[in-house]
Amino acid sequence: MLKTFKIGGIHPADNKLTRGAAIEDFGVPATVTIPVSQHIGAPASPVVKKGDNVKVGQVIATATGFVSSNIHASVSGTVTAVDNVPDGGGLRKQAIVIQVEGDEWEEGIDRTDTLVKECDLDAKEIVAKIAAAGIVGMGGATFPTQVKLSVPPGKKAEFLIINGVECEPYLTADHRVMLERGEELLVGIKILMKCLGVEQAYIGIENNKPDAIAHLSGLAAGYEGIEIVPLRMKYPQGGEKQLIDAVIGRQVPSGRLPIDVGAVVQNVGTALAVYEAVQKNKPLIERVVTVTGKALENPGNYRVRIGTPLRALIERSGGMPEDTGKVINGGPMMGRAVANIEAPVTKGTSGVLLMRDEEALRGTAKACISCAKCVAVCPMGLEPYLLNKLVSKGRLADTEPERVTDCIECGSCSFTCPADLPLLDMIRLGKAEVMRLIRARNAK
Amino acid sequence: MEKKLIVSPSPHIHGGDSTARLMRDVVIALVPAFVLSVIVYGLNSLVLTAVAVGSCVLFEYLIQRFLLKGPNTIGNWSAIVTGVLLAFNVPSTLPVWILILGSLFSIAVAKMSFGGLGRNLFNPAIAGRVFLLISFPAQMASYPVPEGVVDTTSGATPLAFVKEALKKGTSVSDLMPDLPSYGDMLLGFRAGSLGEIAAAALIVGFIYLLWRRVITWHIPVFIVGSMAVFAGILWLADPEQYMNPLFHVLAGGTLLGSIYMATDYVTSPMNVKGMIVYAVGIGVLTILIRVWGAYPEGLSFAILIMNSVVPLINKYMKPRRFGVPVTKAAAAK
Repeated sequence: MLKTFKIGGIHPADNKLTRGAAIEDFGVPATVTIPVSQHIGAPASPVVKKGDNVKVGQVIATATGFVSSNIHASVSGTVTAVDNVPDGGGLRKQAIVIQVEGDEWEEGIDRTDTLVKECDLDAKEIVAKIAAAGIVGMGGATFPTQVKLSVPPGKKAEFLIINGVECEPYLTADHRVMLERGEELLVGIKILMKCLGVEQAYIGIENNKPDAIAHLSGLAAGYEGIEIVPLRMKYPQGGEKQLIDAVIGRQVPSGRLPIDVGAVVQNVGTALAVYEAVQKNKPLIERVVTVTGKALENPGNYRVRIGTPLRALIERSGGMPEDTGKVINGGPMMGRAVANIEAPVTKGTSGVLLMRDEEALRGTAKACISCAKCVAVCPMGLEPYLLNKLVSKGRLADTEPERVTDCIECGSCSFTCPADLPLLDMIRLGKAEVMRLIRARNAK
Repeated sequence: MEKKLIVSPSPHIHGGDSTARLMRDVVIALVPAFVLSVIVYGLNSLVLTAVAVGSCVLFEYLIQRFLLKGPNTIGNWSAIVTGVLLAFNVPSTLPVWILILGSLFSIAVAKMSFGGLGRNLFNPAIAGRVFLLISFPAQMASYPVPEGVVDTTSGATPLAFVKEALKKGTSVSDLMPDLPSYGDMLLGFRAGSLGEIAAAALIVGFIYLLWRRVITWHIPVFIVGSMAVFAGILWLADPEQYMNPLFHVLAGGTLLGSIYMATDYVTSPMNVKGMIVYAVGIGVLTILIRVWGAYPEGLSFAILIMNSVVPLINKYMKPRRFGVPVTKAAAAK
């Protein structure tokens, strides 16, 4: 019996249309729009101004605190604006716009494919390099990686867990990285292990990717302390807490962090970026993005420069079909629907998903029949029906003792509800209010 | 101008389940028992089931339209389920007008007066059955006894027969020869209500419901299990005074009630822990009533009593939460 997490979970159709599509280099777009906040934490502060010439890999905005991240130019050319630009949702956020001229890279970046295995740096130097390269969690959470690698005093990391689950339907970026960049990935993992001082790393991969499991198992034989853990397919296995539970059987207590059970989790894409930063001096200026959708003519996986407009990706994949109802930045379970397809690919963009009109609308909400399915599928052991009831009656604060802040917003409850109730929408309202109350309490 | 995109919060896909799909599956699961009932009781079964379904749907439609003035809800199939289950709970000789009265009680009093599907405290079909049991005790106690495939005579159900005989002081071994064989009870050749008689058909429907993920196994298995354990203890204590557990499981409405009525979504608990407490409560109360109560069959009363406890169960029994609880020592760290 394959391992999996113990509480709840659902089985959406995986729809991995692009699992066989090799990663193509998307190339250089005409302009890029690079937001200064592509991570959790403080936005970076721009260090270039309109009219400046920049090279690929040059720092254009610097981190403004411990939980923040550097931003680099992903193309060479002229900065045409440092201004507020509408993001995917239409909100104006600070970004740096660069008009592309040629493709000139900063010196010292190794652009060859040669595998560099040895790493003589010590943990401190590695963390510094990762921080300088602007690496963040690339599974979608975009938490600055150097913060996760700095183990607080008194805590000790025992295991590094690499997230190769990619449990979101449709997305195949991590899958393709595992198949095509396996060796580099494993070197990246060794570097992360050295950095954390751990002897054992596990790569968790779901059994809908048998080729990746086989390929990496073969390669891992040459790397001491790295083990592949095949997992039984179940959403949301890629959730950090669920993955730790599945792989090492430890549950992170409510309100605590993975390090409290001795684990650090990093995504496959992040480990590859770490390899490139530490061994090749290449900052985080591009990432693999799956462009997909049932009506899309030519879905695929692309290596894309950060800041490339979503529109360019959709055009490369055959253009936006007539019947497109929704464009999602990310996967169908946790991704964000965008209103503006001029919005750019950021460090956290794992996919662009186009949904047809008939897939884009929700069903009309009906009466709750107390079927208990939402309780059965909740991977955190919460009661979505109850949270929904409390929030719809305006009793937002009462959701706190019902542990609303434990919600990981995976969407399993709404996905399952036979009455089409917007359970997660309501839970988010309760969660936001409770977080506000907690902050107010702590401020006293 | 370019077409506008739809923006909504995640998740952007849905599993495709609907209330109507789940209710329809309950009806499908009851088809084998219905077929057997028609074989055993003939046309009466067909007529009563059609009348109960028709009147339940009609009452719900009329109340929703003219009293509550809400949207039409008969498309969710829940009134059909109530109708089928109510018909399955009455003797095949029940006069049609009494059944219509029962349907009115089920839908109007037990369901719509609480606000309709999802708000009712008691299972409508069981509430209807108990209403009929109390209002028309004679008509609800006369069950035809099938002999062969078509001929039937009127008589007591096995549970009623046993209750009477034991009260008179007859020992279990003396009354056993007058009871139908376990094989007949499994296939439905014994006296009982329309749908409760055929254990085998009800179990086929149960497997279908599990396969379609309409219900989980917990409630039926824990009701039957706790009945068997309780009845088994009594039987081991005095096998001449108490019936064996197998008889209790096959007799009366044990399977119909535990698989199809106690599992009613609206009136059963919201998590596994709560379901187990609820189911064991039903099992124990059923045997208590069967052995010491005034009625030969106690399952309906047991379900109604436990229905009324469900809000309390939901309040105090919480699902298994993710993450070991933070102990005081860990919190102090």
